[in-house]
Amino acid sequence: MNEAAAVVELRALSAPAAPGVPGLALRGLDLRIAAGEQVAVIGASGAGKTSLLMALACAVRPAGGSVSLFGRDPWAMPTGELRRLRGRLFLAPQVPPLPPRQRVVTAVLAGRLPAMGLLQSLRTLWSPRDAGLAQAALAEVGLADKLWLRVDRLSGGERQRVGLARALVSQASLWLVDEPLSALDPTRARGVIDALLGAARRDGRTLVCSLHQVDVARERFERIVALRAGVCVYDGPAAGLDDAGLRALYAGELPEAVPADPLPAADALPESMCR
Amino acid sequence: MAQAVRPTGAALHDPALLRRVSWLLVVAVLAWPVLVWTEFNPATLLDARSLGATWKFVSDFVPPKHDADFLAELLRETWRTVAIATAGLALAWLLAVPLALLSTARLSLSGLAAPMRPLPTALRQVVRWVLVVLRSIPELVWALLFVRAVGLGPTSGVLAIAITYGGMLGKVYADLLESSDPAATQALLRNGSGRLQALLFGALPECAGELVSYTVYRWECAIRSSVVLGFVGAGGLGQLLDSATKVFAGSEVSAILMVFVALVWLSDRVSAVLRRVMG
Repeated sequence: MNEAAAVVELRALSAPAAPGVPGLALRGLDLRIAAGEQVAVIGASGAGKTSLLMALACAVRPAGGSVSLFGRDPWAMPTGELRRLRGRLFLAPQVPPLPPRQRVVTAVLAGRLPAMGLLQSLRTLWSPRDAGLAQAALAEVGLADKLWLRVDRLSGGERQRVGLARALVSQASLWLVDEPLSALDPTRARGVIDALLGAARRDGRTLVCSLHQVDVARERFERIVALRAGVCVYDGPAAGLDDAGLRALYAGELPEAVPADPLPAADALPESMCR
Repeated sequence: MAQAVRPTGAALHDPALLRRVSWLLVVAVLAWPVLVWTEFNPATLLDARSLGATWKFVSDFVPPKHDADFLAELLRETWRTVAIATAGLALAWLLAVPLALLSTARLSLSGLAAPMRPLPTALRQVVRWVLVVLRSIPELVWALLFVRAVGLGPTSGVLAIAITYGGMLGKVYADLLESSDPAATQALLRNGSGRLQALLFGALPECAGELVSYTVYRWECAIRSSVVLGFVGAGGLGQLLDSATKVFAGSEVSAILMVFVALVWLSDRVSAVLRRVMG
């Protein structure tokens, strides 16, 4: 792992969940991901999975520590160079950011915008020349018959898969995919994750994918990063994560979620409220 | 509660009533001097002389004038009014689009992940001021200036509408872009698209309907506006209306007013059709 060039290198990274949000969602995270690796990020809700992907996508400026992507510090770059770097990564948010009035073919091909000039983008809006490319990506996620429909005709799960088809057509070498399975049934979910992993392995892309489905993560990914309260608590092969460790990962959140003061017992409620 | 208590008179007394009555009195006391200053006196409308003059003018409204010569002139001036409004709005649009794109924060690259940098912030503020200046001077004033500069005729009307409406369209376009759902545009910018690409693939499909509907509404306003500009010599229906009212030709006035109503109705239909097409 060490001889391959690092695509991602985080050192003691702290960052808020989104620009302008107070408080830290990541608190001193170290992470190194080599080119061509596929990594699943797991952890309970609020553990910092999405924040990690946001930080990797240069969508939020670090509050402390450092981010290095493709061996360079994105926050030391001028705006134009940072834009070119952004073209080398692709963040697929959990809620697909698709305008409802857009056609599916346009929504998918928008993943190729960084590689297109303005004239070519206009051409694509008017009548896409690369429809075949979009069609192939849609077929990978099981939506081959939706190419010419409008996004607002699709269900929530279908929109999520259109968002992933957009990732599939993008020419980015670092894919950051946030909970791609949250709106999918289990069978569909496995098909989609296999399509993502297959495409990433075929083209030698780096994939960082946050997942709520721990079983899918252990089954399909070789490396798992587990987060809790904004720090990394496990980073290693999927086989090394046993059931006890998982229980600690997910059960441990409860004491923090409950406020320090115990809730009043039911019989202590004022009588007037019980009548 | 098991046994409902029958409310007494005191219990039914609305506690907000006193406050509401007091507010009403305060408003009345404040409004009185305003009415005096504006010489608001409805009685003048009702004295015998003005009633007679009004009646004579209004009774002349029916039937509207409809001889062939007048209709031909009416048609020509209607066409000129529509042309002034359309040409003015087209120029305004050309002015507004670049200014709106420069001033909207939605397409900012530097504001994507951090507070926007000082230079882009300052540039956006300057463009906003330009838009304020453009639209804060009423088109009537611009028209009076242009009538002096380029002479009587439709050109001054077109330029006046272009400048004022350019400021209005630019401001509202920028606001519409900023109030639409940011997710699509931000996702494209984050993944390395250019600003114009993010506009075309993210922001425009989000708010195209609103942008088109507002533009058509502004076209309707431009028609009304070009009528007013006609009064100061910018041509079109306004000039016709001006001369008709000056000689108390009620039948001509009513014919011209009917054309106004028809034009506004037309723009309403155009807007409805466009919004249905844009979905």
